[in-house]
Amino acid sequence: MFLTKIKRVFKAGLTNFWRNGFVSLSSLVVMFITLFMITSLIFMSAILSYSLQEIKNKVDVKVYFNTDVAESDILSLKKSTDALPEVEKVTYVPKEQVLSDFQEKWKDNGLILDALNELGSNPFGARLDIKAKDPSQYESIANFFDLKGSDCSAFESKFSIIEKVNYCQNKPVIEKLVKITDAVNAVGFWVAILFLIISIIITFNTIRLAIFISKDEISVMRLVGASGRYIKGPFVVSGILYGIVSATLVLAVFLGLTYWIGNLSKNFFVGLDLFDFYLKNFGQIFLITFGSGIALGAISSYLAVRRYLKI
Amino acid sequence: MIYFDKVSKIYSDDCVALDEVTLTIEPKEFVSIVGHSGAGKTTLIKMILAEEKPSKGAIFYESKEVHKLKGKEITALRRKIGTVFQDFRLLPNKTVYENIAFAMEAAGRTDEEIEADVPHVLELVDIGKKIYSFPNELSGGEKQRVAIARAIVNQPDVIIADEPTGNLDPANTFEIIQILKKINDLGTTVIITTHNRTVVESLGKRVISMQNGKIVRDDKHGKYVL
Repeated sequence: MFLTKIKRVFKAGLTNFWRNGFVSLSSLVVMFITLFMITSLIFMSAILSYSLQEIKNKVDVKVYFNTDVAESDILSLKKSTDALPEVEKVTYVPKEQVLSDFQEKWKDNGLILDALNELGSNPFGARLDIKAKDPSQYESIANFFDLKGSDCSAFESKFSIIEKVNYCQNKPVIEKLVKITDAVNAVGFWVAILFLIISIIITFNTIRLAIFISKDEISVMRLVGASGRYIKGPFVVSGILYGIVSATLVLAVFLGLTYWIGNLSKNFFVGLDLFDFYLKNFGQIFLITFGSGIALGAISSYLAVRRYLKI
Repeated sequence: MIYFDKVSKIYSDDCVALDEVTLTIEPKEFVSIVGHSGAGKTTLIKMILAEEKPSKGAIFYESKEVHKLKGKEITALRRKIGTVFQDFRLLPNKTVYENIAFAMEAAGRTDEEIEADVPHVLELVDIGKKIYSFPNELSGGEKQRVAIARAIVNQPDVIIADEPTGNLDPANTFEIIQILKKINDLGTTVIITTHNRTVVESLGKRVISMQNGKIVRDDKHGKYVL
């Protein structure tokens, strides 16, 4: 009998969904908008974190060494810098590389190249380019080099092999970046939460209205002796169906949309292909969209019917 | 079978729907409750179904006090009582067949029983040809036949019909009353409320007359006297 009941509840839910055409359509539209919003938030957060990452990647701390320092000393310092938990990556740039970069940069300026040739030897020391995992960690990385002067008035490190560390030059930029990143993350989070709450409330109320229309029907069901669960079941099934259909539509629309703006976004967000992102994270996006749709539909329907079952 | 013990329903000081009503309805009786609008007929009926709670007094169905029943017991009680309303109250998105089947499903009947009983009961109220129609495709008389079919399909002990002919023309009224009479002859208790003098007098059964929430007459083979 239990299986028969389940079968009947599903059948009734499907039939109601189909026969209440207009009501179902309006619920579907609102649910579609909500799920579209939720999925957009996933993309927005991806774009945001990608863009912030891109900006972060442009900032680093450079450690300049004296010209007469042996490579082995630099490499051993690199090794211990690498071991710092805040460090994402350390790149060793040998002094020959620094020279050729310089020559490349000024290849059109004969005066500077002449002056360089005049010197006869390489005036540059080697360099370590250090990237932190997070911009806020540059300060503690800089502290590792034990800079003289607590207020960054001097660039010199207490390590004698280091000529200077450019942290103090970059400090204002880094601090600003930390502030911007934090602000964007916080604002983004709250805006997302706000949109999410608004759209959930709208969906909930639409489904409630849809069920309000069936208020009399519910009381009749009650009076012919149907149990609360047997009445709720089909409404919950219809709610779940709103979620499934809307989620499918949202995923299809995003597939088309990201395909269409994929190349555009690649140029705009320096390398982030939204279509590629969508395909790579499809499983997760699918679960979030379907999960939210089904949960929203089922919970809203359940709560809405419960109100009218008190006869 | 049904016993009202000094039942009052007071909404506010100047709105008393029932005033100390005491009443017994025996099995297999056909009872007509008559009275003007606002006399308390519908409130009386709603109390039997546990749709309304009395302010004072108690209602008993067999030995059980109706308003002390809990969720599942109320559902069980309602399955023993078939209800017919003036405005039919069919489920608009279900066909005639599905409306009847719903009442059977709610009572936990099997698919086989439903397939066998629904056409049978629809034949009984003479609406077998409209089995796959939706309520909005039916006339008032047809809707009321479906409502009666739904009320009797689970073979209840009692049929309660609140103004069952209120929205019907004389020909349909006559036919609906004949159906209810037939149901009563087969052994089911029938309680109807009505304004219709012809209906009451054609029945020649027990008539309870109500006025301002009180029972003013209770005649075994009554007439419509108000």
